Amino acid sequence: MSKILKNLLFYGTILSAWVLLTHAKIWPPYLFPAPQDVWQSLHDGFRDHSFWIAIGVSMRRVLIGYALSVVMGMILGFGIASNRFLEDTVGPLLTSLQSLPSICWLPLAMLWFGLSEKAIYFVIITGSVLSITISMESGRHAIPRIYSQAGRNLGAHGWRLFVYVLLPASLPHLVSGLKQGWAFAWRALVSGEMIVAGLGLGQLLMVGRDNSDMSMVLAVMFVIVLLGWAIDGLIFRTMEDWFNRRWGLGGAVA
Amino acid sequence: MSLAQLAPIEVKEALHVVQPRRLPGYDASPASISLRAVEQSFQVRKGPRLIALSNIDLDIRAGEFLCVVGPSGCGKSSLLSLVAGLAFPSRGEVQVNGRTVTGPGTDRILIFQEHGLFPWLTVGQNVEFGMKMQGVGRRERRERAEQYLQLVHLSKFRDSYIHQLSGGMRQRVAIARALATQPSVLLMDEPFAALDAQTRDMLHDELERIWKQTGCTIVFVTHNVREAVRLGSRVVLITYRPGTIRSQVDVDLPRPRHMDDPRVAKLAGGVLDELREEINKAVAAEYDHV
Repeated sequence: MSKILKNLLFYGTILSAWVLLTHAKIWPPYLFPAPQDVWQSLHDGFRDHSFWIAIGVSMRRVLIGYALSVVMGMILGFGIASNRFLEDTVGPLLTSLQSLPSICWLPLAMLWFGLSEKAIYFVIITGSVLSITISMESGRHAIPRIYSQAGRNLGAHGWRLFVYVLLPASLPHLVSGLKQGWAFAWRALVSGEMIVAGLGLGQLLMVGRDNSDMSMVLAVMFVIVLLGWAIDGLIFRTMEDWFNRRWGLGGAVA
Repeated sequence: MSLAQLAPIEVKEALHVVQPRRLPGYDASPASISLRAVEQSFQVRKGPRLIALSNIDLDIRAGEFLCVVGPSGCGKSSLLSLVAGLAFPSRGEVQVNGRTVTGPGTDRILIFQEHGLFPWLTVGQNVEFGMKMQGVGRRERRERAEQYLQLVHLSKFRDSYIHQLSGGMRQRVAIARALATQPSVLLMDEPFAALDAQTRDMLHDELERIWKQTGCTIVFVTHNVREAVRLGSRVVLITYRPGTIRSQVDVDLPRPRHMDDPRVAKLAGGVLDELREEINKAVAAEYDHV
């Protein structure tokens, strides 16, 4: 209860400060819009469906891109972890590539794929696949040998050993990579959309900029933050809770 | 914890009242195992090859309860891995029922000291795992899992997760999971070493009963000589590096035996003296490394 109160107090203060600052008229309204203007933009955006369309388009892109990343990252990470040569060569390369912001791939993607959906997917995948690959690789190493021994002993071979033993055994390590991968995918999407493709939330931001509509820019930013927060809470928190319940990592059990 | 303490009382009473009978539906007949001139060595980084087992000749009769004792690091566990087919001898041959072991099989199930159960599955799903891999249908899997959970007195915990169980209960799940594939050989690698004395005593009784009911051949590795004499129909002592068979003792004391039985203690005493010599060698070797 007190946590809610704290947050009410916190956001109430910020909002009041914002209102006071707009009333002080230090900056012109087109640079520093009032809260009610941003609210109006949000309201209009959702009413004329432009926000809904942008959310739909962006979500579709990020989900497809992320799903591809997850599959590719798991296969790559697992493959690298099971081959000594790849591990000593590709492994360090991936770690260093991860320091490259995904938007740096955009010029390359635009030359290869033009201003198209493909370019967006390319940027999303390059943004998120590495963290998933790396976490899968370390997850594969963290699997206690005893699980694969027990699995083989109980008659699991080949793909069945992978699906029923190795994959679930590495999931607790993979979860952080999946979460990080999602965050990177989301960021890559918005930055990619700002430059490349029509529709989408990133594009809405640019529309706001082109029209010098600061309240719309802020409204879209607000939507982006809210969506990211909701997905993190809904999907990844649920996933972590599920893990804690099964694996007993939370400690507050039995 | 409180649940784990409740179960032993029931079990103990049941044991002395009900005479064990053959487990219904347990089809597997026990297998004989033979190791011929087996050597197992490993290449250790920066060093000479480490010879874990050397020149092991051992015949285990079908349905025998063989206990293997030895100092830690003597290669007792390697021996089980060889029979399980999870490792292969550098020299020599391991045969089960006259056939050379070429890989793992559900006729020989290994039970580990700990952590052998899958934490992402429930107790029931763990027990069903081997059957699922064998392609047994869902309904039959469930029925058989239920039967083996009853055998180890854990049917109430079918839907629990592994981390919710005590150490003793986990080992009983491991036993149920192993038996569910109806193996002819049960390989146990210090399965009760991490348990408290009370729980261990209770599991000794249970294991003895299960051995009689299934007729399995059991190879039981331990560093506890009394445990070996309590359970085994024969005790084999393995030496410290290289692991060779130093001596063997037939245990023909009447069952059920008790760890504190003077006859058990006396027999164990003899083996223990020999084991101490081997442990001293092990300790000396470790000091040499420093």
